[in-house]
Amino acid sequence: MQHLYRPAAFVSGKRGSSSTKMATLAVRRVPLGGFSFENCKRNSVLESEANKVGFSVPTARKTGTTICGVVFKDGVVLGADTRATEGMVVADKNCSKIHYISPNIYCCGAGTAADTEMTTQIISSNLELHSLSTGRLPRVATANRMLKQMLFRYQGYIGAALVLGGVDCNGPHLYSIYPHGSTDKLPYVTMGSGSLAAMAVFEDRYKPDMEEEEAKRLVRDAIAAGIFNDLGSGSNIDLCVITKGNVDYIRPHDEANKKGVRTGDYKYKRGTTAVLSKAVNPLDLELLEESVQTMDTS
Amino acid sequence: MNSRGLRSQLKDSVPVAGLCPQGAYGVQDSLRSGFTSVKNELLPSHPLELSEKNFALNQDKMNFSTLRNIQGLHAPLKLQMEYRAARQIQRLPFLQSSNLALDTLRGSDDTIGFEDILSDPAQSEMMGEPHMMVEYKLGLL
Repeated sequence: MQHLYRPAAFVSGKRGSSSTKMATLAVRRVPLGGFSFENCKRNSVLESEANKVGFSVPTARKTGTTICGVVFKDGVVLGADTRATEGMVVADKNCSKIHYISPNIYCCGAGTAADTEMTTQIISSNLELHSLSTGRLPRVATANRMLKQMLFRYQGYIGAALVLGGVDCNGPHLYSIYPHGSTDKLPYVTMGSGSLAAMAVFEDRYKPDMEEEEAKRLVRDAIAAGIFNDLGSGSNIDLCVITKGNVDYIRPHDEANKKGVRTGDYKYKRGTTAVLSKAVNPLDLELLEESVQTMDTS
Repeated sequence: MNSRGLRSQLKDSVPVAGLCPQGAYGVQDSLRSGFTSVKNELLPSHPLELSEKNFALNQDKMNFSTLRNIQGLHAPLKLQMEYRAARQIQRLPFLQSSNLALDTLRGSDDTIGFEDILSDPAQSEMMGEPHMMVEYKLGLL
């Protein structure tokens, strides 16, 4: 018989020939879904042990990012860089930080990559169910409220800083959402480690009611400022232009950091070695049998 | 027919967490949980642990109290009666119930949260003992 540990209730077995071997039987209560805190104590013990020896626990992959958004005349432009870092190493040179929430709402994510990914996917599913239930196109304020309630519930342990933008029946909206659950509704927002560089560009050149091309150029310049002045951001610039009834997901909009082309080559050119003489001997081969065997590509 | 014996009901009301060591064979599992200390057993291992365990309960309490303030006492009373009835629709003692009626009442049948994605009880690696669990439920143990 199996021994069970981590039980919720203990019962001591008194009868039955099968229970004479063990002192304590356990009856398991059904476990709840969701986060399990079983390993927290063990992890803190391991971490303190590792720090004593000199190792450091591996860090989660962050997106160390520049993300921003701006409201223009007909809609919203969201921009993001494409570098994901893991400590001091670039983990992904071309990751996609603009996540789909609904056909008219997109969300950029900074912070821990897994957290932003899962959070936006959960909210996207919930918003889809909600819109099926109401029969209407979802509103940006709904997505904002769902996100802020979930992030506040987990008290900032879910490290997702988001820029949420979209166009609904009330016009274009742009929100910034912080990991602890506070939100701001603004005409232009930036988040991530490169947010100060991007905000500097916005503060200088933002005007209300811009045209689409002007807004795209502004966002591109803000992200470029983040890419060139912040170590955590780099590679390409992605843009997402959302207007009423139309979404333009431009990936990549601009390759700010192109990898260089090698100028020299170590291979020898043909003709480096001189050919003294050439002799060609054709081989007489007879074709006996030809058969075709088809591959199973189902 | 009352399928749950009185003894099992009494046992349910006394949670015995933390009083017995939690390794196999009833001995402290030093490899996995480190050395014992009273502080470790009494305090939660993560700041979110307690709030997550009681989240559904607290949400319900808050909703019922708002409902009572808006619509009067009968509204939460009626709803709680329905919850109690829905909670009693279960399968045989060892089997998982889908709790469909309870989910529909709560409104969690059209929302997705971490409790649906992470740590799905249907995929759990540990199993109870069918005979022991049936006997526990019937109060025969």
